[in-house]
Amino acid sequence: MTTIAPVETTRRVAGGIGTSPRRPDGIPKVKGEFAFSGDLVEEAMLWGATVRSPHPHARISSIDIAPALAIAGVHAVLTADDVPGRKTCGQVVADQPVLAGDRTRFWGEPVAIVAAADLATARRAAAAVEVTYEVLEPLDDPEEAERRGEVFRSMHVINGDPDRRGAVAVEGYYETGTIDQAMLGTESGLAVPDGEGGVDLIIATQWVHEDHEQVYRSLGLAPGQVRIHLAGIGGAFGAREDLTLQIHLCMLALHTGRPVKMVFDRAESFAAHVHRHPARMWYRHEADPDGTLVRVEAKVIFDGGAYHTTSHAVIANGTYFAVGPYHCESVDIVGVATRTNNPPAGAMRGFGAVQVCFAYEAQMDRLAEALGMDPIELRLHNALAAGDRLPTTGQVIAGSFPVAEVIRSLAALPLPDDDPGDDPRHLPGGTGLASSRDRVRRGIGFAVGFKNLSFAESFDDYAEARVTLTPEGLRVETAAAEVGQGLVTVLQQIARTAVGIEHVEVEFVDTSRIGSAGSTSASRQTQMTGGAVLEAASRVREQVLLRRGGDDLSTDGVLRDGVVVATLAEVLADGPVSEQVRFRHPPTSVPSETGRGDLHAGFAVAAHRAVVDVDPELGLVRVVRMDTAQDVGKALNPASVIGQVEGGTLQGIGMAVMEELVIEGGVVRNASFTDYLLPTILDAPDLEAVLIEEPDHYGPFGAKGVGEPPTISSTAAVVAAVRAATGRPLTRAPIRPQDVAGV
Amino acid sequence: MDITRPTDLAGVLDALDHDPSATLLAGGTDLMVEVTYGWRRPESVVALRRVAELATWEGAFIGAGVTWARIEHGPVRGLAQAARTVGSPQIRNAGTIGGNLGTASPAGDGLPFLAAVDASVVLASKGGRRTLRWDQFITGPKQNALQPGELIVGVQLPEHLPHRQEFAKVGARNAMVISIASACLVRDPGGATRIALGSVGPIPIRARRAEEMISAERHPSAAAIEEFGRLVAGEVSPITDHRSTESYRRHAAGVLARRLLERCL
Repeated sequence: MTTIAPVETTRRVAGGIGTSPRRPDGIPKVKGEFAFSGDLVEEAMLWGATVRSPHPHARISSIDIAPALAIAGVHAVLTADDVPGRKTCGQVVADQPVLAGDRTRFWGEPVAIVAAADLATARRAAAAVEVTYEVLEPLDDPEEAERRGEVFRSMHVINGDPDRRGAVAVEGYYETGTIDQAMLGTESGLAVPDGEGGVDLIIATQWVHEDHEQVYRSLGLAPGQVRIHLAGIGGAFGAREDLTLQIHLCMLALHTGRPVKMVFDRAESFAAHVHRHPARMWYRHEADPDGTLVRVEAKVIFDGGAYHTTSHAVIANGTYFAVGPYHCESVDIVGVATRTNNPPAGAMRGFGAVQVCFAYEAQMDRLAEALGMDPIELRLHNALAAGDRLPTTGQVIAGSFPVAEVIRSLAALPLPDDDPGDDPRHLPGGTGLASSRDRVRRGIGFAVGFKNLSFAESFDDYAEARVTLTPEGLRVETAAAEVGQGLVTVLQQIARTAVGIEHVEVEFVDTSRIGSAGSTSASRQTQMTGGAVLEAASRVREQVLLRRGGDDLSTDGVLRDGVVVATLAEVLADGPVSEQVRFRHPPTSVPSETGRGDLHAGFAVAAHRAVVDVDPELGLVRVVRMDTAQDVGKALNPASVIGQVEGGTLQGIGMAVMEELVIEGGVVRNASFTDYLLPTILDAPDLEAVLIEEPDHYGPFGAKGVGEPPTISSTAAVVAAVRAATGRPLTRAPIRPQDVAGV
Repeated sequence: MDITRPTDLAGVLDALDHDPSATLLAGGTDLMVEVTYGWRRPESVVALRRVAELATWEGAFIGAGVTWARIEHGPVRGLAQAARTVGSPQIRNAGTIGGNLGTASPAGDGLPFLAAVDASVVLASKGGRRTLRWDQFITGPKQNALQPGELIVGVQLPEHLPHRQEFAKVGARNAMVISIASACLVRDPGGATRIALGSVGPIPIRARRAEEMISAERHPSAAAIEEFGRLVAGEVSPITDHRSTESYRRHAAGVLARRLLERCL
């Protein structure tokens, strides 16, 4: 564990932590001037396109590339035989073919790649590649997959006395559908050959160093021959954790000796990246008559689809967090991640915690009803706190974990006016005019969720950053991905506050110039790269002060007793001061056979209270209000935190009432924004957020990651509110009009 | 790709006469999706935006180039309600009523109104004009009677529109959504009622038995309204697809029918 030097800044720097300075990328993005990865251009650049399997499961009998090569303007058509190095890739288990060889295992699997003079020609060439498939029966049922032993990871967490029983028991079966990250920027990038056998890849990704590991191996090159640079990223939410076009672009560039660009259209984007695992969950909760939760038995099956990606870690979260942020003496949780011919499932905001929260919070409501107890009281009665043991892993929760405080703060917020009014935009069905004020029934739902922050289960999780002071100001160098969440701004704030100098430039440097920052995922960058920047910046300040025996630092220079004793130019006359830090969070352990151990670095909790109006006869829903409380440690940038809270909450609302990839026999039926529905502004409720600031044990200034927690309990709260309005069980998310109407 | 940009109707008809298979481009809100996704690669395009005659709206005649944004704020209540549900503001600024007919999607938001009032479609070619009633024009899902070389000039509504008009649409999102089911009901003070439904059959469906039954009821009772909804639900022929189910669509058709009738009483 890295300890953070105490900060002794005496003066307040404008734009430091706790304020919300303007994002440097904000105005360019709003004005359309920001260069995203899809905007990359290079002289003499070719365009790439991908041939994808139309079958979820097939044997490839033959591939004839001749008709594609015959098209004027086509420079290359490559297949599995042309992969120069390792034929497979994958973050943990390299089980996914770079290009399908003799078999395709999911709908949309890449089979061949093409480079041509322009995009239209590339697409035409891709369509001209003749692939002969022998179609095989797809395995699309996860329970059947489990019976056949097709599993990526199977877990059994047992804790406490298995004979402990409660007087009151409730059982339930729950499902969640396949959800997509639906980031606005589709996959895109540019590969440029260096003329010496190596390649530079400029790409929108969440983790350049992980991409680098996989890319150079499949290219059969030495690590130093491949450099990966961050391009402007239009959202991620987990969809960019696994490789999609990275190796393909480099193969085409190296083969043709020309820069090659690819941009997926929306349909291809849906086919190419992983999705949130669909889940089937069986639960039994038992409690003493006073409401004390005493035993939870559960089995959760997450379908991982065709390839491994991050299924081992997603099902681990689903299993370890299956009880929720509650005490429970006795648990027996089975978690299974299955292998099928459905599209691969992997990382998405909330990472396994979202699915089980939908189930355990529905169970808590059922239990409250069976006990005749107020559901919020039941949650408070069982709430975990810092220093308690998690019921599954047995880990003592270090750092802050204000579950009761989060619940109480949220419950104390005022409720909105009961009357929806006559404006159709505020009624279920909205501008479609299907409903009316007199047909609406109101419901209120409450849900609490939690998850770990950063990587778990003994993963060596670190972030490297370099901070340099020159007479112009500070420069922060990092390979961490700014995916739109505001990392640049928060790193500036941390460096400013630590050093006492306002001017901070953040530079993204490629894989050859700095060590890994780890992934922009698991809510980890503010704590991890932020932690590295804080420590490096603090050391820079210390060194500069030492040079002139100063006691404070500002843009004017080194000060002693409030008087400038040397300007920045003077104190840095011998050169800039630079510090590079590799920051680590507290180490985590390998789980025991029964899932015990200190497996997680830290946790965060959030809760939502949804107020919905429902038209029960048509099954239409409008979320009227969605208040939330979240445990954030310390809000380094309150505006950014609220941005995460609003976005994460709305993503959860989407999963509650409209978002789902419809998959039939392994084939996605709605790979477009016409039919994969995301909430519009008319679907977005008013929202008030209470930020609970209890400093955490690691991370700069006590801050916690804030990206995922707001997504976890949002779906559960909305569906609970619709249950309250209609009395229907609604055990599957998203709920569809026919589920609510009961037809 | 050849692109012709005529500035008057005569120019359009000449262009079509010269190249009868040319693709017509108005707002582009359907066509450009097909082009972007590579489903369609037009060899030649006749662009209609500069043709002022197509954007005229005089009395009961609405030019094919009139946008949903204009219709949304226009005087025809039922059609304005439908227009408000077409896409987003940007799409309503570009998309036209002629495009709705040209695409002839079962989910076309403007079509139930046109069917309910028995509107006609005015077509023109170099050879002359012809007028087809809506159900002669729309021949199937995404199929219409437009001949090569022919253009939709506009929509002719009846001179006297029914007194009461109400439109409603069900979708899984509160705005900017393809309909799961939609309906438009019109009723005269004397009781004559017509109802057309969208997204519950290959083309807009007129529930004629239900119309006949409820038109005879000057002051329909609760039981009659219920029966009307039941009849409508029985007359539609929806399918199950990725957007909804056959049974929900049938149910929604009946519910919308009842509610729209109540709003028209």
